[in-house]
Amino acid sequence: MAENTAVKEKEAAVSFGATEKKLLKDPLSDNNPITIQVLGICSALAVTTQVVPSFILAIAVVFVTASANLTISLLRSSIPKEIRMIVQLVVIATLVTVVELVLKAADFNSYKQLSVFIGLIITNCIVMGRLEAFAMSDKNKPWQAFLDGIGNGLGYGWIIIAVAVLREFFGSGSLAGFQIISTDSGTNALINTADISWLSWYAHNNLMVLPASALFVIGIFIWIQRSMNKKLVDIS
Amino acid sequence: MQNLKVYLYVFGLTAVVAILLAGLQVSLKDIHEANEAIATKRDILGAVVGSKKAKKLTDDEVLESFKSIEQIVVDVNGLIVEGVNAEKLKLADEEKKPEADRHYPIFIRNSDAGKEYVLAMRGNGLWDKIWGYIAVKSDFTTVVGVSFDHKSETPGLGALIKDSDPFKAKFIGTKVFNEEGVVALKVKKGGAVDKTYEVDGITGATVTCDGVSSMLANSLSKYKPFIVKQGISFSGDNAPAAPAKKTTTEETAPKVAAPDTKMPADSSATAGDEQK
Repeated sequence: MAENTAVKEKEAAVSFGATEKKLLKDPLSDNNPITIQVLGICSALAVTTQVVPSFILAIAVVFVTASANLTISLLRSSIPKEIRMIVQLVVIATLVTVVELVLKAADFNSYKQLSVFIGLIITNCIVMGRLEAFAMSDKNKPWQAFLDGIGNGLGYGWIIIAVAVLREFFGSGSLAGFQIISTDSGTNALINTADISWLSWYAHNNLMVLPASALFVIGIFIWIQRSMNKKLVDIS
Repeated sequence: MQNLKVYLYVFGLTAVVAILLAGLQVSLKDIHEANEAIATKRDILGAVVGSKKAKKLTDDEVLESFKSIEQIVVDVNGLIVEGVNAEKLKLADEEKKPEADRHYPIFIRNSDAGKEYVLAMRGNGLWDKIWGYIAVKSDFTTVVGVSFDHKSETPGLGALIKDSDPFKAKFIGTKVFNEEGVVALKVKKGGAVDKTYEVDGITGATVTCDGVSSMLANSLSKYKPFIVKQGISFSGDNAPAAPAKKTTTEETAPKVAAPDTKMPADSSATAGDEQK
């Protein structure tokens, strides 16, 4: 009995123990917000045509989710229960507005490219979902909520970057703006299929430029992930 | 009592958030405006040198390139207006003024092939406003390049007017005004028939492209008084080009040399032109 309390106290004292590692690792694969929780799909469709905007959006989502989780976890005992969701929304909206203002000053070109999608982070289910599921729970401390936010943001981020890599490469032959394959002779690219006779049949996959392809790619990711990971088979 | 707590909480939360966001906005305002000014310059340069090249320029290069661009502002009668900054001119604000008070910006670039003029345009797309710049040669009708922007056209469809370099490239070499002096350049659904005045439409973006055509017609016709004062005459006008009343160094009337301007019946006007 005394040993149990001693063990519990020890666990409570460790700030980066097994629980914390799990909070960061799970959302990357076993509890991935996009492929397992199936949240935040909307932005995955629209913004993943190119790698660079997806990367910036991923960073923005990590920041918003982690900060929102931390803020709500700190405030949770004081929020009147009648306005719980309103307060959550105000916190999320404020953080997203901060991201917009900072991005507009720091990288105007990306800001213009991302246009509405930064604002749409407010509607991203992952942020609100983690607030309700994790940050509002009395069992979870603010530091853990912060890590959970980072973990989920990273889980979302790496999936959309992976989708963007595939869509940009097969859809326009480039990666992060650098043209790798080009079908237009005269364009500066690593491989110019117009100049190589046995590759001249190659054409960019126009389906990859349309939003529907993101759904196909994510579907395939889910399929691969569930087949490879025994823990996920038949959890539906 | 419980309600009071809620009200106080909401009031406090709103106050904190408002101060935070307002403070951030005020402190970043100058940087935002500087960035927007550079973006506008980049769009104008994009009309002349092509958007791919313009995209690759760094901010400093944009500012440097823009130094050599002359700016003038004209009014509805084609007279140059002094004391108005062309760059700061927003067509959105001009639209709200009565027609007679509106001003239009022109950016002039000296290239190896002569002067190039960049005219501003604004119109309506499918969902909201669209705008852009068109660069023309010194005959004021052959197009050197275009750049478009929009508020909220559909990504992948209407938004292609801004994003698609091949679409914009199709405008190069077309002509804005026909012989009668009417804006004939337009985007044609189903494919351009007369490539001099028509550009292939974008599949799935018909309304946006029709908006572009209307924008070209409406906005560019506003520059006609100025163009006519430069000595360009069209067969549709009843009088030969009137001598410009109030100009600076703009009076170079280069059209006489340009071989591609179609002026069949205008030889009398040409001969009587006020060359200096």
